This record gives sequence, C-alpha cells and structure tokens, in this order.
Amino acid sequence: MNELIFLIVFPTIIAFILLLLSNNRMRHAIVACSALVISAASIYLLATSYARGAVYYTVPFEPTSLVMFAIEMGIALLLLWLGIRFKQYIAIILVLIQSALMLFYEFTMGMGMEPVRNLFFDQFSIIMAMIIGIIGSLIAVYAVSYMQTYHDHHPEVRDRRRFFFFVTFIFLAAMFGLVFSNNLVWVFFFWEITTLASFLLIGYAESEEATKNAFLALKMNLLGGIAFAAAIIYLASADPAGGLLELDALIASGQAVALVPAVLISFAGLTKAAQMPFSGWLVGAMVAPTPVSALLHSSTMVKAGVYIIVRFAPVLAGSLAGASIGFVGAVTFLVASGIAISQSNAKKVLAYSTIANLGLIVACAGVGTYKLIWAAIFLIIFHAIAKSLLFLCVGTVEHRTGSRDIEDMDGLIVRMPRLAVMMFVGIAGMFLAPFGMLISKWAAIEGFIDAPFGLLFITILAFGSAMTVFFWAKWMGKIIAVTPYGENVEGTVSREKWAVLSILTALTVLAALFFPLISSGLVEPYLLGVFGETARLAQDNVIIMVLMISLLLILPLSFPFYAKEEKRMPAYMGGRPVTADLRFAGSAGIERTMTTRNYYFTEYFGEGKLLRYANPICILLILLAGAIAAGAVL
Amino acid sequence: MTSIIAAIAYLVLAPLVGGLISGIDRKITARMQGRVGPPILQPFYDVAKLFEKEDVTVTPSQNTFILSYLVFMALTGALFFAGEDLLLVIFAFTLAHVFIVLGAYAAFSPYSYIGAERELISLMAYEPMIILTAVGFYLVTGSFYVGDIAASQAPAILYLPGVFVGFLTILTIKLRKSPFDISTSHHAHQELVKGLTTEFSGATLGKIEIAHWYETVVLLGIVYLFFGFNPLLALVAIAVTYVLEIFIDNTFSRMKWQTTLKSGWGAAAILGFLNLVVLYYFYLGV
Repeated sequence: MNELIFLIVFPTIIAFILLLLSNNRMRHAIVACSALVISAASIYLLATSYARGAVYYTVPFEPTSLVMFAIEMGIALLLLWLGIRFKQYIAIILVLIQSALMLFYEFTMGMGMEPVRNLFFDQFSIIMAMIIGIIGSLIAVYAVSYMQTYHDHHPEVRDRRRFFFFVTFIFLAAMFGLVFSNNLVWVFFFWEITTLASFLLIGYAESEEATKNAFLALKMNLLGGIAFAAAIIYLASADPAGGLLELDALIASGQAVALVPAVLISFAGLTKAAQMPFSGWLVGAMVAPTPVSALLHSSTMVKAGVYIIVRFAPVLAGSLAGASIGFVGAVTFLVASGIAISQSNAKKVLAYSTIANLGLIVACAGVGTYKLIWAAIFLIIFHAIAKSLLFLCVGTVEHRTGSRDIEDMDGLIVRMPRLAVMMFVGIAGMFLAPFGMLISKWAAIEGFIDAPFGLLFITILAFGSAMTVFFWAKWMGKIIAVTPYGENVEGTVSREKWAVLSILTALTVLAALFFPLISSGLVEPYLLGVFGETARLAQDNVIIMVLMISLLLILPLSFPFYAKEEKRMPAYMGGRPVTADLRFAGSAGIERTMTTRNYYFTEYFGEGKLLRYANPICILLILLAGAIAAGAVL
Repeated sequence: MTSIIAAIAYLVLAPLVGGLISGIDRKITARMQGRVGPPILQPFYDVAKLFEKEDVTVTPSQNTFILSYLVFMALTGALFFAGEDLLLVIFAFTLAHVFIVLGAYAAFSPYSYIGAERELISLMAYEPMIILTAVGFYLVTGSFYVGDIAASQAPAILYLPGVFVGFLTILTIKLRKSPFDISTSHHAHQELVKGLTTEFSGATLGKIEIAHWYETVVLLGIVYLFFGFNPLLALVAIAVTYVLEIFIDNTFSRMKWQTTLKSGWGAAAILGFLNLVVLYYFYLGV
C-alpha cells in the first residue's frame, strides 16, 4: 500500500517544492531527479505487484474524505472567483450546480458512510501507473527545457514557471490517485483535480484566446463532473452504507444496479476524453505550451476519461446504453479521422488523431467484450507512447523553425535529420504494421466481428482507418522529402530534450516488439479476472510481426550502400533550366520557385462541414443512452 | 511445412506468373486497339534491360524505400500463400504501398510528388473495401486464415456477390487501370509525366515492376478465394476477371481523383456493406 500512497504523495510534495523555488538550475535538477524517482517507483510497483492480481487496501474513509471535501469547496470558490473575473457565467452556473450536488451529498449522505476498501491496484491500474509515471515524468523533464525556450520566444507571456510545474506535478499526483482509488468519491475528487489542472495549464499564456479555451475545457469537463456527482448521489441513496461506492463492488453488482451510474460516469468519461460533441476543448487546448498538449493527450486527462469507461465496460457490455456510448466513440473516430485530413497545423492534426483514437477506445469499451477490452487497453498504451513522442517532436520543430505547420516541414530530414527520423517512427507507430496502434486496430476488428452491431462498427473502423493512412502518410512524405536546399539547424536542441525524445522513440519500437509480454503479464490476467476469458494474438502472428519489425530495422542499412554508389541527377522539371534551390523561369520571364503542397480537401473534410453532422448525431446517441438509463430507473 | 513450401514457391514463381500476365495484358490490349503488340515475354526483356542500366537517382533514400517496397510486397504474398491471417496480409500490403509512396515523396520532384499524393488517394479509396472483403470471408468460412478460407467448401461467391463486385472495383484501382490510373501511367507523355514513378530509373524501376508482378498475383489470389470450393472454376474466374480488367482499362479514359474515391468508397459502403448485412442477419441468423 505504501507504494500507492508514495506515488500520490511524492509528486504532490515535489509540486509544492517547485512552487516555492524560483532558481531555474535547481528546478532542472529537481524535476529530473523526481522524474527518475517517480518512474522508478512505478516500475517497482510493476515488478513487485504484477503477479498479485487485484489487491484492495483498507484505508480509513475519514478524515481523508473530509480534507478532500474541503479542498473541493476551495476549488469551487477559486473557480467562482475566476468565473466572475472573466465574466464566464455559464462556468459559474456549472460550478454552483456541482457544488450544490456535493454539498447535498456530504451533509445528507456522506456522514454515515464507511466504505472500507478505498485504495487498490490491479493490472490495469499498474498499466496506467506506468504510463503516468514514465511518460508523464518524461514530459515534465522535457518541459523544463522547453519552457525556458518558450519564454525566450514569447516575452509577452508572464513567466509563471513555478506555477506551471506545480500544476504539472499535481496533475501527475491526481492521475495516480485516480487509478488507485477504489472509492468513487475519491475517484471524483482526483477527477476534479485533473479538470482544474488542465484548466490552469491551458490558460497558462493568459492571452484572450488561452483564457477562452481554458474556460471551454472547464465548462465541458464540469458538465461531466455534474454527471459524476449525480452518479455518486444515486449510489449513496441506493445503498446508504456506502458499499456501492466501492468501484469493484459496484461493477460486480450487475446491470440492474450499476447501469445508471455506469452511464452517468461514462458520460463524464466522454467529456473528459473529448468525444463529440465535446471535442472542441481538446482542439482548443493546443494554445497551451506543447508539453501541456503532450501531457493532456498521452498520459493524463483524456486517458482518465477512457480509463473510467474501460473500467465500467463489464457493466456496459451487452446493454443498448453501452452500444450507444460505443457508437458515440465510433462516430467520433470516423469524423475526427476525416477532419484530420483537412488540417495542416501539426498540433491540430495530432489533436484530431487523439480524439479519433479515443473514440476507438470508447467504441471498444462501450461494446465491452473481453476481446475489445484487450484492444482498448493496448490502444491506451501505444497511443500514449507515440502521441507524446509526436507532440514533443512538433514542439521541438516549432522552436527551431518557427512553424508548426506541416506545409513548412518540407525537407525536415535535411534540416533536422535526427528529429525527422524520430517523428517518422512516431508517425509509423500511429498507423503502420507492425507497430502498436495497428495491432490494436486489428484486434478491434477481430473483436467487433462477433459483437452486437459488429458489422456497423467494423465498417466505420475500415473507413476511419483508410483516412488515418491518408493523413499520416502525407505528413510522413512531407518530412522525408529530400530538398536540395536547407541547412542543419538541429545543433541547439538541448541534451535533455534529446534524451526524452530518444527514450520515447525507443519505447515506440520496443512496445511493438514486446507487446506479447505486456499482454501475457498484465492484460490477459486482468481480462481473466474481470471476464473469466481472455484474448490474445495467435502465436504465428506474433512471430510474423517480430519478423516485420526486424526487416524494418535491417532495411535502412541499405541506405549507406546506395548513398555511395549512385549517380545523382536533379529531379525532372519539365526540361526547364532550374537553379539549385529549384527556381525556374516561368511564363513571361517571371522567376518562380518549385513548391509542393499536400492535399487537404477542405471542401469535403473541413472541420465545420463534418462537425455539423457529427455533433448532432453524437448528442442523439448520448440522449439515447441517457434515456435507456432513465428508463431503467423508472 | 506445406505453408513454407507454398511461400517459397510464391517467392520464386510469382514474378514469372506476374510477368507473363503482364505480357498477355499488353498483347490483348494491343489487339483491342488493333495493333499487333509486343511478344508475350516483352515485360521480362524490359525488366532485364532496366537492370542493365546505370543507376541514376535524385536522392539515395528513394532506393531504400523501393527496396523496402519490394521486400514487403514479396512478404505480403508469401504470407498470403502460406495461408496466414488475411487481415495481416492486408496490413503488410498497406505497409508495402506506403513505402513506394514514400520513395516518390523523397525525390521532392513536382511530378512524383503529385503522383505520391494521388497514390495515397487510391490507397484511401480501396482500403475499406479490402477490409470488408476479409470480413466477408470470415462470415462465410468462420476464419480469417487464408489457408482455411481456400480450403473451405462453402461457395463464397454465392454468399458474397456484392463483395465480389466491390472487390473488382478496387481491383481496377489497385492495378492502376483506367479510369483509376490517377497516380501513374504506362506512357510518359501526359500531365503527370509518369507521376509516382517519374524519378525512378534503372534497377530501381525494375524492382517496382517486379513488385507489381508480385502484387498482381496476390490480388488474383484473392479472386481465387471467392471460388476456392472449385479450383478449376476459380482459374476460369481469374482469367475472366483479368480480361474484364483489360477491357475496362481500354474502354475508359482517366477520370478525376474524386471518381476513384467515390467508386472505392461507394463499392464498400453500398455493395460490400449491404451484402454483409444481408449475410449477417439473414443467412447466418445472428
């Protein structure tokens, strides 16, 4: 139990130290050391506990809950003050509703409650802890170096780095708390902390846009928070002793009892995981410094949303409400993949790709068979690694070249060769065999095929994947195009950044190589524990995947051989005389430069165009799920 | 053991079969156009000559991408003929295609760049239908393994007529035949120049040809699966299918990329999906 408490408390302590510390060198050292400690502690948890199955700890409910309640009320007051200051009246109303619900719960029900088994871990928590502990702290290390450059480039932004790192580490602590809590009231507390943390980080730049987008994120997540609070009140009134507030007891209690809270909490999960119609907040969140995006997209925030839905999958499975939630995810996957085609801002492409992949996870979890949960957990793992790598790559490129637009990434392989290779690996990790995300999509197809509505899900998946291939491959093409001009600007990237990027690149490849171990060591035992059955990839397919990875590692070795022998010629330019930097005499003697541009098809895949259909569809599906749950109450 | 022999046999024989098919293709095409046409073995002479030529490139990484293209195309077919999981075969197939596209991007040439982009459109156009084809085989035979599907006595074509027509549509896209030859063409005097393959020459272009032969054999192998219950019928079906492709190639002119996308996706959404729905709910009684 101590390691669980350590993982929650240690980042909190570090957060307060960083809040008090203004010396930059000290900050570097402390962040690096604590990142090491947190990763080591999560690996220690894995090494000592993976074989122990689900373990529950008796922790006194009070006074911890009282402290949490006090903090929640403090947060509510802070949000009210900020809401009044920035004239965000909808946010104020939402905060008031949520606080009223929690006050009602605390004073009419909370007093008599004594849930006992408040902390726990199982294999799924361990997986989440590894993602938070390793990827989250790597991003923190990167952020120290990034924020320094950030403030050099943005003199107009007030330097609040102490606050920034305070919130970042609180964020990590809250995520650990969320995945280790077996008591829904506690889960809710940490849930709200992550909402607050992301609100504060998105608004870091304090510009009008940043503030607006921060409040958008806040409002959408508060909406989810209200549903979560309603679920707690429902459970507390269903069982005044508080036994149902224990997560494992609730999930084991079956659909008759648990379907209503499962739908309410899944709704909260949908808002947090930025599913349509709530996708706007995650897209808006890209105004924050890039490490914040990396954090939100890979190891925290959105992963909390899908974590809770995957937890409730056994309850949702086989219900019509679960299927509608699954369809929200499927529609989000399809539409977000389409929108990603039309975007040229790299961070926006990454944002829509995250939304799409979260949609796929939600689709798997909503349908909730054991095969699909296998796919969902692997999607969480692989996505966390590859997406954090890609965000940090884009952040580095932006600082060196001054642009995060994919159209400006021509010849990145010439200007930033090492970085381009890492970005290439990250993109490959997102959509190509034999890397991670593709393994999960494959498992999802095989899982959906004997699930209810399976054919519809598979068709959506097939179309979504096709679009995924298109937008990733054209980005890949942009960065590997070897321009005859351009000079290397990689020199000034700091050692810390390289270290983080290299580790994440290695993890992308290693995760694909060693996923059978993750499967047999963690995911399969978890599924056996929850469903009594488990999925796995057939042995010969695993061998083939390993063979393919080996080939991919060997084939680049042919490059030096080709580089030595070939005779070089300039590209064919229609027979016109061309200068070395691809200028040529156009018609009427005007000099032009050869440029290439990617297809974006905004007239077919534009953001507004697709969201106009997708948002209403998803709202209807959510209402359907809600109506089914409400029908169950009445 | 038999599966390994089949894979090796494919690796050795597929280029011969594929080259021969290509030669016959050119002969029939010529006859349809009222020409005599080259000898059947002409594709082999062409490729042999390509390997004789001096290697000239814009940038050496192109050659690495094309080598990867060839290797993964051969691997795709080997997996197919070894009877492995059809979905895995499809994913390896996509990987191989991404490599040729990347090779074209690497050159940073206006013509190969547009070819690469258009090839990606074709890829996006055929991907849903090919996945639904695999799903269709699963619904009929209960397995994704090519070995099981081929050995199944169920007359797949009778259950999957819509899927088959859908597959023929994307076969035309896949073989880059008119009206879907948007990314490259056989003749280098059009607006694309040679699109995707503009910047490849010599042995590298030869490798692309050989990869294309490997590819043709795998695609016709999928046609076989529809008729696997009767091998003789299957061979006839393959011959008829290919002649039909040549006929389509010679009847249509190249159309816009929108047509490719709409045809590929329309085939998947209408022919493929509806066929599978009927199968799923009426025949299999799920």
